[in-house]
Amino acid sequence: MESLLDFEKPVADLEAMIEKLKKLSVEQKGDFTEQITQLEKKLIEQKKTVYENLSPWHIVQIARFKERPLLQDFIPLICSDFVELHGDRHFSDDHAMVGGFATIGDTKVMLIGNNKGKSIKENVDRNFGQAKPDGYRKALRLMKLAERYGLPVVTLVDTQGAFPGIEGEERGQHEAIARNLLEMARLQVPIVSVVTGEGGSGGAIGVAVGDVVMMFQYSIYSVISPEGCAAILWRDGKEAPKAAEALKLTAPDLLRLGVIDEIIPEPAGGAHRNPQQAAASLKEAVLRHLKKLSTLPAKKLVDKRFEKFSAMGQFGRE
Amino acid sequence: MPWFTQKTETPKKAREEIWIKCEQCRAHIFKEDWSNTHKVCPKCNYHGRIDAYERIGITLDAGSFKAINADIIPTDPLEFTDPKGSYKDRITETRKKTKLNESVITGTGTINGQKVTVAVMDFRFQGGSLGSATGEKILLAANYAHDHDTPYIVFSASGGARMQEGVLSLMQMAKTCGGIARLGEKGLPYISVLTDPTTGGVSASYAMVGDVNITEPGALIGFAGRRVIEQTIKQKLPDNFQTAEYLLEHGFIDAVVNRKDMKDTLGKIVSYGMARK
Repeated sequence: MESLLDFEKPVADLEAMIEKLKKLSVEQKGDFTEQITQLEKKLIEQKKTVYENLSPWHIVQIARFKERPLLQDFIPLICSDFVELHGDRHFSDDHAMVGGFATIGDTKVMLIGNNKGKSIKENVDRNFGQAKPDGYRKALRLMKLAERYGLPVVTLVDTQGAFPGIEGEERGQHEAIARNLLEMARLQVPIVSVVTGEGGSGGAIGVAVGDVVMMFQYSIYSVISPEGCAAILWRDGKEAPKAAEALKLTAPDLLRLGVIDEIIPEPAGGAHRNPQQAAASLKEAVLRHLKKLSTLPAKKLVDKRFEKFSAMGQFGRE
Repeated sequence: MPWFTQKTETPKKAREEIWIKCEQCRAHIFKEDWSNTHKVCPKCNYHGRIDAYERIGITLDAGSFKAINADIIPTDPLEFTDPKGSYKDRITETRKKTKLNESVITGTGTINGQKVTVAVMDFRFQGGSLGSATGEKILLAANYAHDHDTPYIVFSASGGARMQEGVLSLMQMAKTCGGIARLGEKGLPYISVLTDPTTGGVSASYAMVGDVNITEPGALIGFAGRRVIEQTIKQKLPDNFQTAEYLLEHGFIDAVVNRKDMKDTLGKIVSYGMARK
């Protein structure tokens, strides 16, 4: 059984009870079919109550959950023939950003994404998915390569944000992200971006200027972390649940605000409860959009991307 | 009363009215000198912050500025409320107090006779933060420069993205860069002047991708806040960290220019950038 988030406890209790009864029926050769059926019915209802009433803060917890599938889980599930490419050719190979040639279905693409790592050792090696300028420059190098080879770009976003540290500043975190925004705006091949977990501010948009931008159902995308926002505006990081509510960072919010094009459904409770199912939905959505985008001539594609981002935001006239 | 018995000392109140204290060297400066130098300390060359109108006044040829899209105003798309109240009320208040409609003024004018399109941010308006209306104005001015074949100069002064507009604020980073990228394709110069302060989402978008990046002495320029970095790395940061000079040293800035030389420097760069046109 997976680890649990606090609010999932009622579901987990029922699941445990069913499991116990099933075990008993085997061990003691008793017949608990009726009880099990009843509990299973109850479980369905309980799941509905819990998962259909998730607060933005619950969704933040699911998006960050340590068992949520990461890029390294999705790669074998959605593509074949992955050839990882390393390094930014300037300074280093940033392990927080992963990229390479990949084949999704029959479509050859350049796949790029953040990777947080699973074990503590891996977390440290991948800097918990917080890329330094080298990571953004690696991503750009691969995107320009994709452009040269005529391959569409698929980016999977899952980061708390770009690394806020001294190396980031001295090597130009700002410049690296800004350069990606500038170059992605005019990239001559299709770009499909999916926020799979956390879409953390500049660190996320730095690889997410897509012709199509999608989000997993329980992912988040925000200008600042709820904790950061709460620390500034509430003067208390513990008010993060309130900030999460105010920031409108869930997938339905972003769809409503016109920032994303589609929500990719997840298994009840989150992708971690059935990574294969989540990956299948991801693959289907990405392929469907790539197919549509592949019919557009490059100029049209870039013009449409410009129009898409030009239309973002809401303002008034005096 | 004979002159030698008169009290020559100026009353305290009057003294405060004619002197100001430099924030850097603590020297007392005549207010008149401070305003003549446009808020640069004559003793230590400290460059104080100036508002958008003063910036336009010292950069463009007198009387040449014409505002465009001045009627664009922020709204409250998220209906954002925090313990200090609603964002909607805050912008109404800020607009009244600053007499500005947004954190940026855009328009056209000339520098030493050469036509330019400019966007000038004003830190007084919500810390110069990048809201939807800010992004819109910066994009539209880029489009104007593109359609009218003029160079584009953006003066940044901003704490970064505007939290109260959530992810819509974040999207302005991509939106503005889209406009800038089109200038590059047309061979039109884009000059970024990063004034004190230029940080966060503004430094990580249009401000850092000038064909030429210029700043003023001592300006704060950075991606992450100093406090955030100190908490992350648990180390003390160098004194000149994230200053104009630090960025020059690390290769992200072309020149640190004194305010009094800014106009002529820009004029020269524009003339090189437009040499082919």
